[in-house]
Amino acid sequence: MNVPNNLRNEEVRLMGMTMTQKILARAAGLDQVQAGQLLEGKLDLVLGNDITTPVAIKEFEKAGLSTVFDQDKIAIVLDHSTPCKDIKSAQLCAICRDFAHKHHITHFYDVGQMGIEHALIPEKGLAAPGEVIIGADSHTCTYGALGAFSTGVGSTDMAAGMATGLAWFKVPQAIQVKLTGKLSPYVSGKDVVLHLIGMIGVDGALYQSLEFCGDGVASLEMDDRFTICNMAIEAGAKNGIFPVDEKTVEYLNGRVERAWTAFEADEDAVYARTVEIDLSTLRPTVALPHLPSNTQPVDEVAGKPIQQVVIGSCTNGRLKDLREAAAILRGKKVADGVRCIVIPATQQIYLQAMEEGLIADFIQAGAAVSTPTCGPCLGGHMGVLSDNEWAIATTNRNFVGRMGPTSSMIILASPAVAAASAITGVVTDPATI
Amino acid sequence: MKIYKYGDNVDTDVIIPARYLNAPDEKSLASHCMEDIDADFATTVEPGDIVVGGSNFGCGSSREHAPLAIKACGVKCVIAKSFARIFYRNAINIGFPIMECPEAVDGISPGDSVTVDFATGVIENETTGQTFQAAPFPEFVNGIIEHGGLLHSLKARGIAK
Repeated sequence: MNVPNNLRNEEVRLMGMTMTQKILARAAGLDQVQAGQLLEGKLDLVLGNDITTPVAIKEFEKAGLSTVFDQDKIAIVLDHSTPCKDIKSAQLCAICRDFAHKHHITHFYDVGQMGIEHALIPEKGLAAPGEVIIGADSHTCTYGALGAFSTGVGSTDMAAGMATGLAWFKVPQAIQVKLTGKLSPYVSGKDVVLHLIGMIGVDGALYQSLEFCGDGVASLEMDDRFTICNMAIEAGAKNGIFPVDEKTVEYLNGRVERAWTAFEADEDAVYARTVEIDLSTLRPTVALPHLPSNTQPVDEVAGKPIQQVVIGSCTNGRLKDLREAAAILRGKKVADGVRCIVIPATQQIYLQAMEEGLIADFIQAGAAVSTPTCGPCLGGHMGVLSDNEWAIATTNRNFVGRMGPTSSMIILASPAVAAASAITGVVTDPATI
Repeated sequence: MKIYKYGDNVDTDVIIPARYLNAPDEKSLASHCMEDIDADFATTVEPGDIVVGGSNFGCGSSREHAPLAIKACGVKCVIAKSFARIFYRNAINIGFPIMECPEAVDGISPGDSVTVDFATGVIENETTGQTFQAAPFPEFVNGIIEHGGLLHSLKARGIAK
């Protein structure tokens, strides 16, 4: 029988480990792992949504599996096509609902409680430093912002994870991303990650971790770190991960009550390479169709007309994002001929934004505000484009046909750039508003 | 058999657009496979055909619907210069063969007759007479594929019940 290496007594040469390698080692019950090693690790959370979970349930049942490993360590979030956009989507949600009830899944989030999964999971305290999380959604890498190892997988992995609490992993090499300096006004986490993807390409971190470090980390708010880790996948990375610091602990307080472990990279950890970014030099950055790596400073693209603006998604639907967008839209009007759609990522964010008056700012400016949903990001609903239309969106992918027909175009940008562009109707540097 | 050859960064949104994810049965997925990159694919593909891609094949979304769609079309395997990692493990987990071999990608053109041997990783272009060696899978991964997918291999090991 073929079994992963952690089930054998193989000698492993002692060498420094990255944060990711240390987390995976612990999950596999090993003192030491090295890049390239295959192992089977214990999972702290298995996640799925209304598109991927039904496929997982089908595989789970087809294989004759009957029980889940831990009803408290599975999260099912109905966020992609909800509130249901059509009959077929409603049927998929019903499959999730029935399974969740049948197996007494504790963390099942339906309309009214749900939010976009990658904003909701940290908010609910379901991700903590040192934990190992898989999700049948590629942007599961978001929770690396909390010092967790979290990565996107497919539905079969989700089914196997739900049944066994285990997943197989190939221990990744890492790219060390050294951040120095502080961000300028109107520059945020989105600009950092777009800049990084532009530097290394959409497969620049293929099969690797992106491990962030350096004295620039401390200046980044948690919402910026979530955005940065969220788009690690857009560089092909297995995961992105930040070290745990005071801001992380502050975020965890009141959310996570169970014990957690912060892992630091060894000083002699071996990296595939090191990339340095001086945060103070970054300009607001956009990615032109049809790859997230097709980046330009906003200055190079300014003046390009757009017909739709989307502010939201698992990348940029958090409170800091909404505050930055509202600060620009406040007292202004969305340009004629532009549809501006704002989607708070969770109910809690929505409520807080309302209490702060941000929702009023958006509506008074002429924007449409939606209940949480992934909707337009993947061309599902709540803002699908028509032929030859251009959108500027705070989402994460600008692939062909992602938000509408193959002739429609997406420019990826930060909430500040998206909000500024909504006012002018053309791609705009927020500093000029 | 036919070769369908595409470039770099073939993403899962073009393999199976999100607008079809609300119907995840194999027949429906197959009927829209590659629609946004190659409108003729779904109507012309036949069992035994091979898809050849450049680097980072299957990038983007984690949707397992992507390898499922290609598999449901009867495609024998995907040969690419490299695979995006979620697509890579999804293909393995559903027991769908993929082969990583940059030289083969450069040495295969549409219209060529190609044979593949999954056991040895040898890819032969019968039209040009060239043979290529794909990177072998680790033993553990071969075990998953031999059992017909991850869940079956976990059951065979007595881990999943």
